[in-house]
Amino acid sequence: MSAIFESVHYIYPSKVHALRGVSLEFRPGELVALMGENGSGKTTLLKHINGLLKPVKGRVIVEGIDTRTASVAQLSQVAGLVFQNAEEMFFESNVFDEVAFALRNFGYSEEVVRKRVEWALKFFELDTYSSQSPFLLSGGEKKRLAMAIILAWSPRIICLDEPTIGQDSLQKEKMKHMIKMLNTQGRTVLLATHDVEFVAELRPRVILLSKGEVVADGKCEEILTDETLVKKASILMPQLVYAFKRLEDLGFDSRVLDVDDGVRQVLKVLRHESV
Amino acid sequence: MTIIQVRDLSFTYAGSSKPALKNVNISVEKGEFVLVVGPSGGGKSTLLRCLNGLIPQFYEGEYSGKVVVDGLEPDKTPTYMMSQVIGMVFQNPQNQLFALSVEADIAFPLENLGLPRDEIIQRVEEAMELLNITHLRDRSPFELSGGQQQRVAIASVLAIKPKILAMDEPTSFLDPLTAAQLLSIIDDVRKRLQLTVLLVEHRVELAAAKADRIVVVSDGCVVFDGSPRDFFEFYDSHLYGVSSPKVTSLSKRLKTHLEKWNRVCLSAEEFEAEVRSLVSHL
Repeated sequence: MSAIFESVHYIYPSKVHALRGVSLEFRPGELVALMGENGSGKTTLLKHINGLLKPVKGRVIVEGIDTRTASVAQLSQVAGLVFQNAEEMFFESNVFDEVAFALRNFGYSEEVVRKRVEWALKFFELDTYSSQSPFLLSGGEKKRLAMAIILAWSPRIICLDEPTIGQDSLQKEKMKHMIKMLNTQGRTVLLATHDVEFVAELRPRVILLSKGEVVADGKCEEILTDETLVKKASILMPQLVYAFKRLEDLGFDSRVLDVDDGVRQVLKVLRHESV
Repeated sequence: MTIIQVRDLSFTYAGSSKPALKNVNISVEKGEFVLVVGPSGGGKSTLLRCLNGLIPQFYEGEYSGKVVVDGLEPDKTPTYMMSQVIGMVFQNPQNQLFALSVEADIAFPLENLGLPRDEIIQRVEEAMELLNITHLRDRSPFELSGGQQQRVAIASVLAIKPKILAMDEPTSFLDPLTAAQLLSIIDDVRKRLQLTVLLVEHRVELAAAKADRIVVVSDGCVVFDGSPRDFFEFYDSHLYGVSSPKVTSLSKRLKTHLEKWNRVCLSAEEFEAEVRSLVSHL
């Protein structure tokens, strides 16, 4: 197992009970989306994987390590977390050093560091900003820099907190390909997101959280098309599912997650009836 | 009647070598709902800032061209006067709120305008009612949810009674459900008040069907200006960094398969109507 949560509870110093007995298993190479309204516990859950937060009750095992016995620095080598607010990750004076920081700390030679940083910056189309301050980048660029920082040392588990916020459609498309690529390389990718359309395109395992508890866990096709579950988690249904739900009385199946499914459904009904 | 006229507008921020806007020409009619879209960094926010005079009055740079908003030239008119004609709402409502209660926040700009007490009270009540936040009047804006905060920010702008409402990604801090609700409220309010609305919004799937017009700004230029339906039907919106609503992509595909498919749909409701009419004619 990549990561195991055993009846995990977490209570913030402000007394907010953010996780209430969460038990989950993440297999190596799995792609998982954590969904649910603001305050449902998505970010808190991700922060347990690299040990930023430790359970107050229960335990979290990441790649065989009980997170209570390891430091964030140790856990970060196997599990990288890209924050929702990318700026929280920055402190260097230029983009290159920002990406190089962790690699240098892990003890890689300067030659390897340079190669990894150049690869990561190029991949995220940030190579022209190498010597600029990270704080001067646009919102979307900051988000990509945060990802470049994590991917540069290529941890086995990658956690992304709201990766699509502030990204235009071209960048989202790229991010989708990147996530698929990481996944085919056998990495475990966990996303916390509100973006149902992005999730519908990726078709991951979906875990719905509400008030610190897991309310559903299963295939994207089943969960995002279930009106009761979607309502319970206060998320929007994908637009195509919503459109086809309105047509159920005409014999349409509403489990339509992409345009290809939709074309097949409409042609089936219209052509069948016209025969 | 034309309420906004932009002619050959160019602007380069001080310290930047690349112009943020290049020879932009747009005119907006009174009461129109204009959706402004395009890739990040393309110039959308810069365009809005030129309409209320924040550019060139508060941002330094090289400005050329002519802008007329309700008869005033924003580059030469004091911003307190511009704010009575064009109200601005930004991404993060927290930047706009500061008073200790919702009521006081909405009243603040009116007190600054020196309006009589009775008029202030009346306008605050009206604005709270429009945005459905009357029950929050005594709450501190900072303990409200993001969606409620954004409604307070819009109410405080509308209490000034501007003719134009310009919004720069007002839903980007909100979850999708709250964003959908906010955009419905905005659409309802602008119809009731016959406001002219300029909305910069990435969530095209929630806004496209409501807008009269779409203006695509990319690399500092207006690359499309026309009806949303034409844009999505005849252009590949992805090439402009604009995601197309899923029902739009689907109806575009169906149009190539089915001769009788009538139009490219912008919302789930339009899609439903199209399918129903085809089924009933079988």
